[in-house]
Amino acid sequence: MVHFKTGALALTAALLMSGSAIAQQRTLVFNTDTSDPAPKAAFDQLIADFEAENPDVDVVVNMFDHEGYKTAIRNFLTADSPDLANWYAGNRMAPFVNAGQFQDVTDVWEANGLGEALGSAKASMTIDGKQWGVPYTYYQWGIYYNKDVYKAAGVTEPKTWDEFIANCAVFKAAGIDCLTTGSSALWPVAGIFDYLDMRTNGYEFHMDLTAGKIAWTDDRVKAVFAEWAKLVEPGYVTENHAAIDWQDAAALLVQGKAANYVMGNFAVATFKEGGMTNDNLGFMVFPEITPGLPRAEEAPTDTIHIPAGAKNVADAKLFLAFVARADVQTKMNGILGQLPTNKNATVDETDPFLSAGFAELSSAYALAQFFDRDAPAEMAKAGMEGFQEFMVHPDRLDAILERLEKVRAQAY
Amino acid sequence: MFPRPIQQAPRASRIAYQVALPVALLLWLLPLLGVAMTSVRPASDLAQGNYFGMPSYLAFENYADVFRNSPIAHYILNSFKVTIPTVIGCLVLSCMTGFALAIYKFRSNLLVFFLFVAGNFVPFQILMVPVRDLTLSLGLYNSTLGLALFHIAFQTGFCTLFMRNFIKALPFELIEAARVEGVSEVRIFWFIVLPLMRPAIAALSVLIFTFIWNDYFWATVLTTSAETQPVTAGLNSLNGQWVAAWHLVSAGSIIAALPPVVMFFAMQKHFIAGLTLGAVK
Amino acid sequence: MQAYWKRSQRKLAPWLFLAPGLAMFALYVIIPIFQSMAISFYDWDGLGEKIWIGTANYVELIDDDAFYTSLKNNVIWLVLYLLAVPAGLMIAIFLNQTVWGIRAYKSLFFFPFVISQVVVGLMFSWFYAPNFGLFYKLIETVTGDGVAILADERFVTYGIIVAGLWPQIAYVMILYLTGLNNVAPDQVEAARLDGAKGWRMLWYVILPQLRPATFIAVVVTVIGALRSFDLVSIMTNGGPYGSSRVLSFYMYEQALSEYGYRMGYGAAIAVVLFAIMMVFISGFIWKMWRDETER
Repeated sequence: MVHFKTGALALTAALLMSGSAIAQQRTLVFNTDTSDPAPKAAFDQLIADFEAENPDVDVVVNMFDHEGYKTAIRNFLTADSPDLANWYAGNRMAPFVNAGQFQDVTDVWEANGLGEALGSAKASMTIDGKQWGVPYTYYQWGIYYNKDVYKAAGVTEPKTWDEFIANCAVFKAAGIDCLTTGSSALWPVAGIFDYLDMRTNGYEFHMDLTAGKIAWTDDRVKAVFAEWAKLVEPGYVTENHAAIDWQDAAALLVQGKAANYVMGNFAVATFKEGGMTNDNLGFMVFPEITPGLPRAEEAPTDTIHIPAGAKNVADAKLFLAFVARADVQTKMNGILGQLPTNKNATVDETDPFLSAGFAELSSAYALAQFFDRDAPAEMAKAGMEGFQEFMVHPDRLDAILERLEKVRAQAY
Repeated sequence: MFPRPIQQAPRASRIAYQVALPVALLLWLLPLLGVAMTSVRPASDLAQGNYFGMPSYLAFENYADVFRNSPIAHYILNSFKVTIPTVIGCLVLSCMTGFALAIYKFRSNLLVFFLFVAGNFVPFQILMVPVRDLTLSLGLYNSTLGLALFHIAFQTGFCTLFMRNFIKALPFELIEAARVEGVSEVRIFWFIVLPLMRPAIAALSVLIFTFIWNDYFWATVLTTSAETQPVTAGLNSLNGQWVAAWHLVSAGSIIAALPPVVMFFAMQKHFIAGLTLGAVK
Repeated sequence: MQAYWKRSQRKLAPWLFLAPGLAMFALYVIIPIFQSMAISFYDWDGLGEKIWIGTANYVELIDDDAFYTSLKNNVIWLVLYLLAVPAGLMIAIFLNQTVWGIRAYKSLFFFPFVISQVVVGLMFSWFYAPNFGLFYKLIETVTGDGVAILADERFVTYGIIVAGLWPQIAYVMILYLTGLNNVAPDQVEAARLDGAKGWRMLWYVILPQLRPATFIAVVVTVIGALRSFDLVSIMTNGGPYGSSRVLSFYMYEQALSEYGYRMGYGAAIAVVLFAIMMVFISGFIWKMWRDETER
């Protein structure tokens, strides 16, 4: 396999190699998918800091393209195992855990008191009562909106779902898409579904649904789609969403052709590249639907794992303990522009979206990962297709739910 | 000649034909022209909604941009690293198999021949999982060599069909005469048949080059990283990054399409001879 | 030893020449076909153990809506793709003249075939793109309302097929141009003297002589239609909501895509596709076999 080494690392490695410690050098092989600019910078820094603290360990990074990694991981875990690998929490890691390809790292959690420090993420890292990796970052979801469009239409930030729908009618009259999305890659619509379900039926129901314990034809599921239909049927959603990518939809929000967008915080960079600023880009928590339900939020967590075939397990565990530390997470999430999972870490308070997200998530009743991380792969794919189809043909709801129910019977 | 030569037609038809030719060509190549035009359109034009008017200037910097900010040069290099060994490997194997099947009469001759022909037509998907496993177990997953080895094996089917039919059409008396003189079979292959196969070798090289350069399916199945992906798969991942940046997508597409196009125009005669073998009796 | 070789070299030589090619072909093509068939009886995520489940994958396939969508689209592909044959013939006839610059015209008409399907797919995606695509604008001007072809389940498969036809027509055209070049002029002249022209001439005199070209054109078009994967993957990824899937793409999606971990189920789909293609392949081989043995 041909590997890619980052320049900074090669340099670090070269410097270390030339030192006298060469005999004691231990290598730690780390496969990552952090090919995008911000994650790459954050990991370069993380690894440089780790090597500074542990001069006898040499971290070798194999960087993969973000998309290609999702299939590559299946091969390198069996064929050419590294000591550490990036992945995602929740059910997304289940196939690897069940196939015995990630190591149990419960001891790292216990030895470092991570159960307390990483408390909010613990559930999503646990399968069969054991922890299978360490989370290093997460980010909030919510509604991003264009303040200028709100002002021009003369409406204010909605407090409840009914107000949100009422606003939509105003936007529609002004020729503006109340809610935009780009569903050609499917996953953006799953964010909408997750929120509607958590606000209508609550966190426990949503978890049971994604865990396959509830029928898709259940009346409570239909109630979620009834709320959704309030957006779809009057044409409040961008018409050709199935033809465009999420970035194309982001452009619509930037241009003022759309008012709201259910998205993750990583989209802020895209909005700002398009010319928005902290002054006209707004963020709000998804409004309440069923009054009195404890508020759960969507917060996908990115993680690091030790593959079963790792050769240098001792140093890999050292690395996990390192990346779990509050000061380390503060520094690396500062570069990532995301939130640390360690509750003792701090967040850049000058960034309104990060501090809003931090407030949103730390006061939340519970956190969901994301539809495609909470539900198993087969269900996730079928579900997202169903959501997309519903957003084009709301009249087909019954057929869609029948189909999803069939997949549920098969997938779990 | 069919149809009747236009020269024999009335003057009006002749003029109409001369006008119809360029108009038809323009319509035929419209998607291509559109993309070529977009590839030199500055990003600012796209932002202002100038998608079809004249570009405000010819932004050749799009091409520079593609080379500077994406690994496309690396992808192209990978494509060559897959394509060239495949062309050589296929030719070596199929000259021999084609020779064996065309010259010798043995009982299972036609059976082996049709095995190659039929194998050449199977859907890729039935090979996908086992070939991926095989490549993994050889330690060649995510390498240009692993991809090239598969292509060599698969294209041998088509090349054998081609070579065998070509050699069959050669004068068999040459070989008879050599055998009478006691020339060994290996020397017959090397000194008598191989020199006569030059046109077939030329035709197959350009054809296989184009087929393999344009392969996308196997590139996505057997390679994953920018270090090994050929340009077709690479262009697809770039397309994911360049959302809405159609000027870059267009420039990247043109760059990716260029090598086989150059190959085609440079070796047109061989290319068409190869492609149409068997189209006439 | 020496004597043995001298005696039987003509018997051994073909097998020695065949050995490397045949070995590679067996390893990468013939054996995998049977391995896939075997895998189709297992439940396997490509990671853990394979679990024997007999025909369960096939039973599931029979009740899988997505499978039928794919199958239906494959039929549409097959039927519409065959339009490349008459269309290619028409263009070939149109271009079969000897006027100034005709060679350049012929090459330019042919050259879409040389371009990778990935690039063709991107070109047509741009062509169809909502709000600014050339085709979208055209429809908008004519009907007053644009259609996002690739996001509309009614049109998406046809939109992709049009993109696929573009290079395929070019290919068929070049086959027919070569064929037309070799039509016996005396027969044409004789038919002309008998008063044949236009369609009658084409049907009764020209087409019979073009039979070898037609055969190849049909073979490559049928195989091309059933192999269609690249364009679907590039242009829509099977969407919207799976309505542009074809079997080849559905197989990949189930076995190896982001959410696909079902190698066994994928293999079962591949076996079905293989069976469909085998019908056509057998037909082609049968015809070629007849031609060979008649000689």
